[in-house]
Amino acid sequence: MTSLDSVPRVRRGVRCTYDKTRDSDVVLFPEGVLLLNETAAAVVSRCDGAASIGDIALALADEFEGVQPDDVIEVVDRLVARRVVDVD
Amino acid sequence: MTEAPLGLLAELTHRCPLHCPYCSNPIELVQRADELDTATWQRVFDEGRELGVLQVHLSGGEPLARPDLPQLLAHASGLGCYTNLVTSGLGLTAERLADLVERGLDHVQLSVQDSDPGNANLIAGVKGYDRKLAAAALIKDAELPLTVNAVLHKANLDNIGGIIELAERMGADRLELANTQYYGWALRNRAALLPTREQLAAAGPVVQQAKQRLDGRMEIVYVVADYHEANPKPCMYGWGARQLTVAPNGDVLPCPAASVITTLPVQNVRRSSLAEIWYDSETFNAYRGTEWMREPCRSCPRKEIDFGGCRCQAFQLTGDAAATDPVCTLSPDHGLVQDILGAEIIPVRPELAMRRSV
Ligand SMILES: C[S@@+](CC[C@H](N)C(=O)[O-])C[C@H]1O[C@@H](n2cnc3c(N)ncnc32)[C@H](O)[C@@H]1O
Ligand code: SF4
Ligand code: SF4
Repeated sequence: MTSLDSVPRVRRGVRCTYDKTRDSDVVLFPEGVLLLNETAAAVVSRCDGAASIGDIALALADEFEGVQPDDVIEVVDRLVARRVVDVD
Repeated sequence: MTEAPLGLLAELTHRCPLHCPYCSNPIELVQRADELDTATWQRVFDEGRELGVLQVHLSGGEPLARPDLPQLLAHASGLGCYTNLVTSGLGLTAERLADLVERGLDHVQLSVQDSDPGNANLIAGVKGYDRKLAAAALIKDAELPLTVNAVLHKANLDNIGGIIELAERMGADRLELANTQYYGWALRNRAALLPTREQLAAAGPVVQQAKQRLDGRMEIVYVVADYHEANPKPCMYGWGARQLTVAPNGDVLPCPAASVITTLPVQNVRRSSLAEIWYDSETFNAYRGTEWMREPCRSCPRKEIDFGGCRCQAFQLTGDAAATDPVCTLSPDHGLVQDILGAEIIPVRPELAMRRSV
């Protein structure tokens, strides 16, 4: 189960980039491509294997108004399901 | 509205040192003299990226047979595309791999024929087993993510447990266990390759247990044997929806098997741009979406799930690419598949016809 203490890390072989054709942040990985909204992109960029979900939520609260810790958990869960992120 | 493609499968060459009788490459292989040159492939990647392609799969044949592979890979990677090398592993050396990594290689998909070395070499038609182990070790040393792909059929399905262990030993992050799809050489060899119901029934639980045992360590993707199923396999994510294939001679296809549909005009990068082909060609528009469908697909709740099955298979088995895939039990042509299973899964099977060299 992911919780505020979980530490997410972008999996090996996953690359984040910006796609001008779609005007969107994207993650590229062996199985496919995922288009990210701004919040999700901000979460992915902080999944460094050091910051916990709680840390990430705190950092994002400064940047994006109204982002709740539960939103971050939800984004991470979705990224785990797509094998973009691992959680310790 | 038609969306931009995400993936481009670049079949750089049909040349290959192996002779897999299950190979999905067409019987009429593209000759070396007809292959696109370096500059044309690079233009194709430019056009692909411009169109929206974010993933380039470098495949074949054996992509390592192209001496310009490093330049092609560097070009695709330089455009910002994720690069995946789809290889038999034969021809991979530490030097070549280091060079490819340097130029931006993101992922490798390595195919294996079997866990039993003797049988693997028989299926490949060359002594490749040890070289594949060596290739896997190189890929792991380079810290690249690795997918192992094993095509399953009558001659190796009983070893599925061993194949899973082989992939573990190779350090795979993912394992694709793909029952043979009957195109190209595999279609020619169908009567020798079709597994029995008993084989498939025995394989199922082995895969399930391994999935549980390896959860979180190695992802296992099992592709079912569609002739034995009640529902057809989906046509990718739909015809002309997410990916395009460029054959060694520059022919552009909605999927790697689509050259079998002889009723559609052939598109080629030497004559048209990828954007024209993707958005405007008759070939790519023919089976887009669901409008082209007839009954029973038209009113079926599964039509957005499987898109009526495989157009190539429909054409191969019925002569009509717009027909419901005969694998579907609702298809009026489903008897064709039942007849094939009855006539071809018999005690004495034909010899395997090994894939020719180009
Ligand atoms: C045609 S091969 C070309 C690349 C390389 N020569 C290799 O075998 O890995 C591309 C991928 O398709 C798989 N493949 C080949 N024939 C197939 C078939 N009839 N059904 C399903 N997969 C197949 C191979 O195992 C490989 O992973
Ligand atoms: S499937 Fe076998 S014969 Fe076909 S291209 Fe790959 S290695 Fe060569
Ligand atoms: S009728 Fe068509 S859409 Fe429905 S399951 Fe069969 S192939 Fe798929």
